[in-house]
Amino acid sequence: MSKFRKKDKGGTPEISTASLPDIVFMLLFFFMVTTVMREVSLKVVVQQPFATEVKKLEKKSLVSYIYIGPPIKGLVSTYGTEPRIQLNDAFATVADLGEFIIAEREARSEKEVPFMTTSLKIDKTVKMGIVTDVKQELRELNALKVNYSTKKGTDITTE
Amino acid sequence: MARSKRTAEPINAGSMADIAFLLLIFFLVTTTMDVDSGLLRKLPPPLDPEAPKPPPIKERNVFTVLVNRNDQLLVEGEIGSLKTLRAKAKEFVLNPYNKANLSAKKDPAIIELIGTYAVSKGVVSLQNDRGTSYDMYISVQNELVAAYREIRDDLAMQTFGKKYKLLNKVRAKAVRKAIPMMISEAEPRNISS
Repeated sequence: MSKFRKKDKGGTPEISTASLPDIVFMLLFFFMVTTVMREVSLKVVVQQPFATEVKKLEKKSLVSYIYIGPPIKGLVSTYGTEPRIQLNDAFATVADLGEFIIAEREARSEKEVPFMTTSLKIDKTVKMGIVTDVKQELRELNALKVNYSTKKGTDITTE
Repeated sequence: MARSKRTAEPINAGSMADIAFLLLIFFLVTTTMDVDSGLLRKLPPPLDPEAPKPPPIKERNVFTVLVNRNDQLLVEGEIGSLKTLRAKAKEFVLNPYNKANLSAKKDPAIIELIGTYAVSKGVVSLQNDRGTSYDMYISVQNELVAAYREIRDDLAMQTFGKKYKLLNKVRAKAVRKAIPMMISEAEPRNISS
C-alpha cells in the first residue's frame, strides 16, 4: 500500500514570518502619525473634571496652555500642596501671565492672534479663587477665548 | 572557468522585524493620545471704567445661579441642585407659558431660514465664590451649556429635522441667532455662605 504512505513529516508546516515586518511597519506608521510629543513636563497634578458638552479643540498651534493644580509628589516638600500655576516649564504667578500671553502672541502671526485660545487645564480640587484671578487677568489681556479642559463623560461623585 | 549560474546570496531579512519593533516601541512609549477637549467659553471683554453703564437688565430676564463655598446652589433665590438646573434653565429661556417671572421675549422678527421667531431676552448669570471647587463650577457650566444645547437641538429638530450639531454652517448660524447663548459670569465677589 505504498500509495497511501504516510507523509514522512506529520508536524504542522512552519508559519512564514516573512509578513511580520510588514505588519509591524504598519503599526509603526500608525503610531508615528498619531504621535504628539509631550511639550512640557508637568509639575502640577491635573486631574480634569468631567463634562458632557465638550468640544474638541481645533488648531492646536493656536492654543496656549495654563496648568493649575497642586504640585506633583516629588515637589511637595519644596512647594507644599497649595495649588499653583504652571506656564511652560516653570511655576508662575498671576502676574507672569501677561508676559506669557504676549510671548505666545508674538510667536504667531498677527492675523492669527484673534483666533488664539487659552486652554485652562485645571485640577478639579482647585478652588475657584485662583481660577478667577487667572480669568480676570486674561480679560485684562484681552485673551478672551478660553477652553476649560475637561474629560468627556459624567462623574459619579457629583450628586 | 566562470560559473554558469551566479546565485546572489539572499539578504537575511529576519532582523527587519526586530528593528521595526524597536521603533514601534519607541513611538508607543512617546505617544500621548489625548485629544484636548473641553468647554469652550468666551470671557467678557474688560470693563472700561469710562464707558457708560449699560442699562440694567430687568429682574425677570436674569436667571441667577449662585454657587457658594460649600458647592451649594442657589437658583433664582431657591436652593437648587445640579439635577434640576438644566430643566429650570430651559424653562427660563423658553418660557413656554409666558409666565411673568420668567424671561421676556423680544418682538417676533424674521430670521432667515427659520421664519418669525421671538428671541428670548433671558440672561443666565453665574456667580461663584472664591471657595467654590473647580469641579462644581465646571458641572454648573456644563449644565447651563447643556440647557442651551438642548434648546437649540429642539429648534433645529423642528425646523430642519436634524440636531443642531449636524446642521450646516448657514443653518447653524440661523439657529444661533434665534437662540443666542447668554451665559454671563458676574464680576467676582465673595458670596457669604
